[in-house]
Amino acid sequence: MLIRPAPDLRECDVTDRALYLDRRRFLALAAAALFPVGRAGAAPLDYARGVVTLDDKPTSFEAASTYNNYYEFGTDKADPARTAPGRLKTRPWSVVVEGECARPGTIAFEDLVKPHRLEERVYRMRCVEGWSMVIPWVGVPLGELLKRFEPTSKAKFVEFVSLADRDQMPGLRVPILNWPYTEGLRMDEAMHPLTILAVGMYGQELPAQNGAPLRLVVPWKYGFKSIKSIVRIRFSETRPATAWNDYAPREYGFYSNVNPEVDHPRWSQATERRIGEFRRRPTLPFNGYAEQVAGLYAGMDLRVEY
Amino acid sequence: MARWLKPGVFALSLMPLAWLAWRAFSDDLGVNPVETINRTTGDWALRFLLLALAVTPLRRVTGWAPLARLRRMVGLFAFFYVCLHLASYVGLDLFFDWQALLKDVAKRTYITLGMGCFVLLLPLAVTSTDGMIRRLGGRAWRRLHRLVFPASVLAVAHFWLMVKADIREPLLYAVILSLLLGSRLWRRGRA
Repeated sequence: MLIRPAPDLRECDVTDRALYLDRRRFLALAAAALFPVGRAGAAPLDYARGVVTLDDKPTSFEAASTYNNYYEFGTDKADPARTAPGRLKTRPWSVVVEGECARPGTIAFEDLVKPHRLEERVYRMRCVEGWSMVIPWVGVPLGELLKRFEPTSKAKFVEFVSLADRDQMPGLRVPILNWPYTEGLRMDEAMHPLTILAVGMYGQELPAQNGAPLRLVVPWKYGFKSIKSIVRIRFSETRPATAWNDYAPREYGFYSNVNPEVDHPRWSQATERRIGEFRRRPTLPFNGYAEQVAGLYAGMDLRVEY
Repeated sequence: MARWLKPGVFALSLMPLAWLAWRAFSDDLGVNPVETINRTTGDWALRFLLLALAVTPLRRVTGWAPLARLRRMVGLFAFFYVCLHLASYVGLDLFFDWQALLKDVAKRTYITLGMGCFVLLLPLAVTSTDGMIRRLGGRAWRRLHRLVFPASVLAVAHFWLMVKADIREPLLYAVILSLLLGSRLWRRGRA
């Protein structure tokens, strides 16, 4: 598969974070750059710019970091930005890799990520609720990372598990989903070059409320597939249980590919509101990535396997 | 005190709208302003509906007769916020896409229920004047206005079905509504 290398990539395609913050903020940022105290947990990253770009204008960092669905930190979209920073302890962090692979083990976050080049990828993010954003992620291709653990021929699926720590996550006291949050991909979806593990966004480390220190990003699927704060990766032969599918199988399928033709039973998926825009816009099949990923689902009835 | 009751409650009832307008004016509607307006007007429509239903039980419990004079006004404020909520959904959210509206009403249970609630409340608002009460006659008017009970059930169901997973808030409204309706049934049973 080819990620089109954006032949006409200009510097302005990947807008620098500071440019779309308002001026006062820009000045504050400039001051912070001169006197590097830094915002808590917002370490800048070293990464390859513009590996995947978009013509769509990125959502403001402000919006992307204050409008979050992260139920472990509360069900209101403003909750995670209030409760996660300072509570979620992202270092030290380690990930357990297990299941159908030759090299299972527990690996420190740094060792997991360090062998890879960090890449900036500007992706659309479409929430199942009918809103969307455009986010410049910084991360590593999941497939390359998974290969290091040498999955066996029995590995047909990959399961991901989020942190579930009552001391850090006040939302866990409410038994809404079956904690810990789990997600899963078919092996070919996981190995697809568009699928990444993100460690940052907007050029800096992920804010806690966006799933620090490590989250999945699968841009052609509804946002809830992109599981946050991953502590466990398991290769399996059978399809893993996933949190929202468990909660309401009729409403949230295992695949959950963005599809304007298949409505959520309770609301339409034909259109979306791009955060920052007033009018709704049409939702694109596979969130605009059909050319790259539709082949993964050839021969499947997407109305049944939603 | 009774003299100031009605104007006081009238002013108070406008506060949610004033607050929302102030937030809109100061660019403080959050990341998704359309959603904020939709949710806020809907929340207050439901709250005023429950408040209107609470007036009579409250009067009976306290024995304070002047409360009765609030019933029509609070009920009309409920309808007022219902209208704002509907206008925000049709005008801001759908941007007057009538086809999408028809599809939503036909296909989406929670929208069907919400629209049903509006349709039930509409004749109540229209017949809320003294003239209409006289014209209909007290008995027919009272019977017609019992529509507020199914309308309030639809309103809570509308909210309940809209919520993705965290049903604590609609559950709270459902409990309050059950108490308000239950107290009436209990009274009837004893009479």
